[in-house]
Amino acid sequence: MHFPFSYLTLAIFLSFVGFVLGISFWMGAKAKSSRGFFAAGGNIPWFVNGIAFAGDYLSAASFLGICGLIATTGYDGFLYSIGFLAGWVVALFVVAEPLKRLGRFTFADALDNRFNSRGIKLAAAVSTLVVSIFYLIPQMVGAGSLIHPLLNWEHWQGVTAVGAVVVLIVASAGMVSTTWVQFIKGGLLVLLCTILTVMILMRGLTTKTAEGAHAFRAKVPAAEITGAAGTTVIPDDETGWKGLPYVRLKGADDVVAVWRKSGPKDHEGDLLSETQVVYAPQAKGATKLINGRPFVLGVNDIFPVGTISHLPDGKDSTGPLNPLAFFDVLGRSEVVLWKSEAIAGAETTVYYQVPTLGADVLRPGGGMFAGLRKDEWKAKVNFLSLMLALFLGTASLPHILIRYYTVKDQASARKSTIVGIAAIGFFYILTLYMGLGAMASGSLDPTDPNMTAPLLARGFNNFLFAVISAVAFTTVLGTVSGLIMAASGAVAHDICTNVLKIEMTDGRQVRIAKLSAVVVGIIAILLGIAFKDMNPGFLVGWAFNIAASANLPALVMLLFWRGTTKQGITWSIVVGMVTSLGWVLASTDALEKVYHFTKAEAAMYAWVPFSQPAIVTVPLSFLVLVVVSLMTQRTGTAKALAAARA
Amino acid sequence: MHDHENQREDEQPEIVAHNTRLGLGLFAVYLALYVGFVVLSTYFPAIMATRPFGGVNLAIIYGFSLIVNALILAIIYLRNCRHAGEKV
Repeated sequence: MHFPFSYLTLAIFLSFVGFVLGISFWMGAKAKSSRGFFAAGGNIPWFVNGIAFAGDYLSAASFLGICGLIATTGYDGFLYSIGFLAGWVVALFVVAEPLKRLGRFTFADALDNRFNSRGIKLAAAVSTLVVSIFYLIPQMVGAGSLIHPLLNWEHWQGVTAVGAVVVLIVASAGMVSTTWVQFIKGGLLVLLCTILTVMILMRGLTTKTAEGAHAFRAKVPAAEITGAAGTTVIPDDETGWKGLPYVRLKGADDVVAVWRKSGPKDHEGDLLSETQVVYAPQAKGATKLINGRPFVLGVNDIFPVGTISHLPDGKDSTGPLNPLAFFDVLGRSEVVLWKSEAIAGAETTVYYQVPTLGADVLRPGGGMFAGLRKDEWKAKVNFLSLMLALFLGTASLPHILIRYYTVKDQASARKSTIVGIAAIGFFYILTLYMGLGAMASGSLDPTDPNMTAPLLARGFNNFLFAVISAVAFTTVLGTVSGLIMAASGAVAHDICTNVLKIEMTDGRQVRIAKLSAVVVGIIAILLGIAFKDMNPGFLVGWAFNIAASANLPALVMLLFWRGTTKQGITWSIVVGMVTSLGWVLASTDALEKVYHFTKAEAAMYAWVPFSQPAIVTVPLSFLVLVVVSLMTQRTGTAKALAAARA
Repeated sequence: MHDHENQREDEQPEIVAHNTRLGLGLFAVYLALYVGFVVLSTYFPAIMATRPFGGVNLAIIYGFSLIVNALILAIIYLRNCRHAGEKV
């Protein structure tokens, strides 16, 4: 992406991160010394806890990922927002309250205390580990994207730096309780996004190219391009380009430009539109080319995209719009989206303009759920499966449920959940404005949509950019340290102490926890690099699939069915986790974006018909629980009933 | 005020039953709204494109209303839950 490096921006960023972390730790330490606030669960006011709910939930993935998804695909990205919020209803009305009534704090605790079974502990610990790691990946991917425009570092450098800092925090100092971090961060995030949305609405929509931005040419008569002085057309007979709707031209300066045949119908050659080309050779030492010229970070890089090509009534600018008029006007406009095509062994990627009616952007099926508008049963089932996973996933995330128990009683817990739902819901409404605002204002890096929100802020001014980046970065640090802590706790406490029954002194247990924090941190860094091309919002969707498949059936049946046995729970967790994880890793999306097969190869080799497993694996996990429980009725139930009545 | 070590609350069975029924009832209401949205998106995308009023299409109106309704139902829940010690 095209960025002049700015010390001012960096300074604002660093001081802001320092300030937020400083205040949070100071408040945290104060709260801790006055009562020790984890044990004294009643000390956190319900309002603070509610905003902290939002802080916990609105991870970097929510913020960066959803804005990026909406900016590239329109309404399809917003479907994630809706699902993420709807999940709170399940958590509040069905799971949290009975769980709190049992006097248990977490998934593992609840299962453990009723049955006291090593099998359950192991299964619950492994499932916590897997869900945590899957939740970590998008945070790391988001971190890499954030660091890139600030320091002009490559993605992998950013991921490694964030991982190292977090591991250092966790391994040296341990975890200062995160409630205040999450409170400040959650509050700031919602506030800043509100400001950003107001600015988007005040600016309105325009077809003019922003100052300093590259104006892409579209639908230019072919003769004008090919006939320019010193230009020669490169013949199509080379491998990879044959039969594709592109015209390649060598200019007077020997730079190759690629134009896409666009019209009157797509693929017709009498009109041409400008593209952007990234050539990333796999051979070591070979030069990466952007638009035909050698890539130089911050100097020759891909141009940001996303513009409005027509406004209604032939206007070129609307002026300030109210929140409803924004959708009305956009719905009657034409926007230019960008799609990509991999060419010749995937070393070359062409990004090309796709003029799209605003009305098509504002309803489901414009982007990754395009199959919804055709009659593709697989696409429809895939969509249903995702919406199911998002609905059930929230109630199955261990680190979210814990927060329900940090206030003094049920009434406060309910109040803080409502504050949380209000803040999160309001934020998700804002995501639609921010994503669409970015789509319409040239704030989109086609190679990395994760940067959409910071770039959008940058379109207004550098201060806002630095502050938004800082808040997002603090988000990453907070979420990542919490998750690494949870994962290392699962290893040290649950697996080593409770399952393997290794006798350990406190000191040794802490050392093992720190060691596993380092290991989990390294795993997270490696996966963060491997999953670079994937959208964090999409990855969080996968984490929800796994959480819902592994944890939800056990949780719900434990609370509502007396016949549940410990074997039933263990097998349900194991089967739910293994099948959903395996499904995700064998899907077309994983093959294409993680193992880097081409689209056609990925579709051919994928073992599963669609990429979201929940619609199959959640019922399967329920079924396993019921069948195994019925088979083990005699041994399990008597104990369970005795335990429940004790 | 409860002891901080003990998060278990002494609620009468009637209160628990009342709150559980209330929770499941509201959950059923929301589930119906959510299923309606998902089914419309999946099988009737054309209906989602209609613009019932103000030029805003049904997809956005329904989507926003799912978010707002989660909050409204949560507030109804809060208002109607019974607490420990309350007369039944």
